[in-house]
Amino acid sequence: MHYVIIGAGPAGVNAAEHLRQYDPLGQITMLVAEDVPPYSRMALPYYLADNIPSEGTYLRKQTGHFEELNIELLQGRASAVDTSAKRITLLGGKTLDYDKLLIATGATATRPPISGIDLDHVHNCWTLKDADKIIASTKPGSHVVLMGAGFIGCIILEALAEREVDLTVIEMQDRMVARMTNQVMGNLIKDWCISKGIQVKTSTGVTSIEQGKDSPLMVHTNQGESLPTDVVVCATGVRSNTVFLDGSGIEIDMGIVVDDYLQTSVPDVYAAGDVAQGRDLSTGEYHVQAIQPTAVEHGRLAAHNMVYGHGSPHPGNVNMNILDTAGLISTSFGLWMGVEGGEEAEMSDIENFKYLNLQFHEDVLVGASSLGMTQHVGVLRGLIQTGCHLGEWKDKLMEAPNRLSEAYLACAQSQHKAMGPG
Amino acid sequence: MQKSLHIDPGKCTGCLQCEAACSLVNEGAVNPSKSRIKVFTFHDEGRFVPYTCTQCDEAWCMQACPVDAIVLNPENGSKDVLNDICVGCKVCTIACPFGTINYNTSTGKVIKCDLCGGDPECVDACPTQAITYVDANATGLDKMRAWAAKTDNAAGA
Ligand SMILES: Cc1cc2nc3c(=O)[nH]c(=O)nc-3n(C[C@H](O)[C@H](O)[C@H](O)COP(=O)(O)OP(=O)(O)OC[C@H]3O[C@@H](n4cnc5c(N)ncnc54)[C@H](O)[C@@H]3O)c2cc1C
Ligand code: SF4
Repeated sequence: MHYVIIGAGPAGVNAAEHLRQYDPLGQITMLVAEDVPPYSRMALPYYLADNIPSEGTYLRKQTGHFEELNIELLQGRASAVDTSAKRITLLGGKTLDYDKLLIATGATATRPPISGIDLDHVHNCWTLKDADKIIASTKPGSHVVLMGAGFIGCIILEALAEREVDLTVIEMQDRMVARMTNQVMGNLIKDWCISKGIQVKTSTGVTSIEQGKDSPLMVHTNQGESLPTDVVVCATGVRSNTVFLDGSGIEIDMGIVVDDYLQTSVPDVYAAGDVAQGRDLSTGEYHVQAIQPTAVEHGRLAAHNMVYGHGSPHPGNVNMNILDTAGLISTSFGLWMGVEGGEEAEMSDIENFKYLNLQFHEDVLVGASSLGMTQHVGVLRGLIQTGCHLGEWKDKLMEAPNRLSEAYLACAQSQHKAMGPG
Repeated sequence: MQKSLHIDPGKCTGCLQCEAACSLVNEGAVNPSKSRIKVFTFHDEGRFVPYTCTQCDEAWCMQACPVDAIVLNPENGSKDVLNDICVGCKVCTIACPFGTINYNTSTGKVIKCDLCGGDPECVDACPTQAITYVDANATGLDKMRAWAAKTDNAAGA
């Protein structure tokens, strides 16, 4: 059995390792497109902030890790897939035959179609190469305009702040990280950033960028402002890497359409991670979640199904994020915005930038978001994912949302007496 | 032989010696907020429940880590954080459905129970033997794992 994996990010690497675990004798080949060992995009901000060397971003640290597992890393980029011949063509013309294929090609950062967006000194922050360019073109005190204060934008923001650049963030939405925060939390994050000396312009769009006279670039906004800057970092969106699948017959929507076994519309072809439009546990709908935990869980699940066949369907992944914005830690889980007919419990200490919001459907926790909370946050995932009926604890949480861990323990114990004697 | 912590909440008096010992040995100062074992108090029932990582097989934290900073200790089965490699991204803290790996704001890294390398301090510190260190298969660990498995949507079978 020859398993081929296209893409060596967290989804691909996790899949390869689990394929090996489940099928000790199968042949496994993983295509690596970038000319560095498999690395983690998530670690880029820490490289940018100078906390780690570039090797610190590598997904696996042990030298010889893949050789030891007999996983072949093949340098190359897929340019076409012929699903009837079960053959992949690589850029340059080489071909590779597979019995089972996993597509884990992730996404590519995009840029909005505005004039000047392709000028030198305008960078994305998506690959190690991008990070190298930002590092080379910024030093403490450099003026940097960051376009986009979504989840990825805010993570980069933290790293840029650590580089001690003079930072201005421009966001079209009316608040920061709109996809994971309500108004209260979004505003608190904004206030926090401003208090740290970061200029934040929400409800603002960049209309054009041009070469500056006294500075490398001049950024114009729809609020009539013109901002001289050294560098623009663009974090406005991404697109799934599916272009090479044109003509393959594999169905594509926002990402690759997969079923509850992570199989694509073509048998023996699976997809995982940022490129896959998989099931969301909370909504039951199919979305590209584009988060690390989902990528690794997809990788594992796809490997399982590729080796053992289709047992029980995948109920979906919990969408969740944790974000550190210049030292302020926020999280969001599942249906953090609530459900119709549901109830919410809220606890806020605005002065101290602390906030907790729980969303219930009947006596089940379905979503949550928090600010300034670092202890036992994982129980939020545990409660949402297990769909645990909280019973009387629901009422206690409505009164005191911070009794979360107790509620969780009570719930876990009543289900299994897990921690009880014997 | 894989051993693990066995916790009997019925015997816990809430004296918090385990938290003190854990934080002293692992973080260098008595500071319950940095303890890897935490005693929860159920005031209404007058009950105390010590709680920490079960070193679960799924190892959500280890799987989720983007930089290989959590590794399996082959000697005792614990999952250990390598401080030098951890970048402090905190993804493990939301991936763990038990909430037993936590961010330490003063070091910028995460902390979790590593069974103190095979000689857990909390066990020695507990005056009532509410926490003991015993053979893994004698602990009801299986039951805990069953609860873990319920959370495990990714194994697919
Ligand atoms: C700066 C930054 C910060 C982030 N922070 C977080 C965070 O805090 N939390 C979180 O949950 N997520 C975060 N993410 C998102 C997270 O990194 C992704 O969800 C994760 O990397 C997805 O893994 P993947 O394997 O699906 O895709 P990727 O990591 O994108 O890997 C895909 C691989 O496929 C390769 N490839 C693409 N096309 C081809 C082809 N045609 N042939 C061969 N190979 C190909 C690519 O080069 C790449 O190596 C962050 C991302 C960025 C950029
Ligand atoms: S916080 Fe550290 S151990 Fe946890 S996932 Fe991030 S790098 Fe890994």
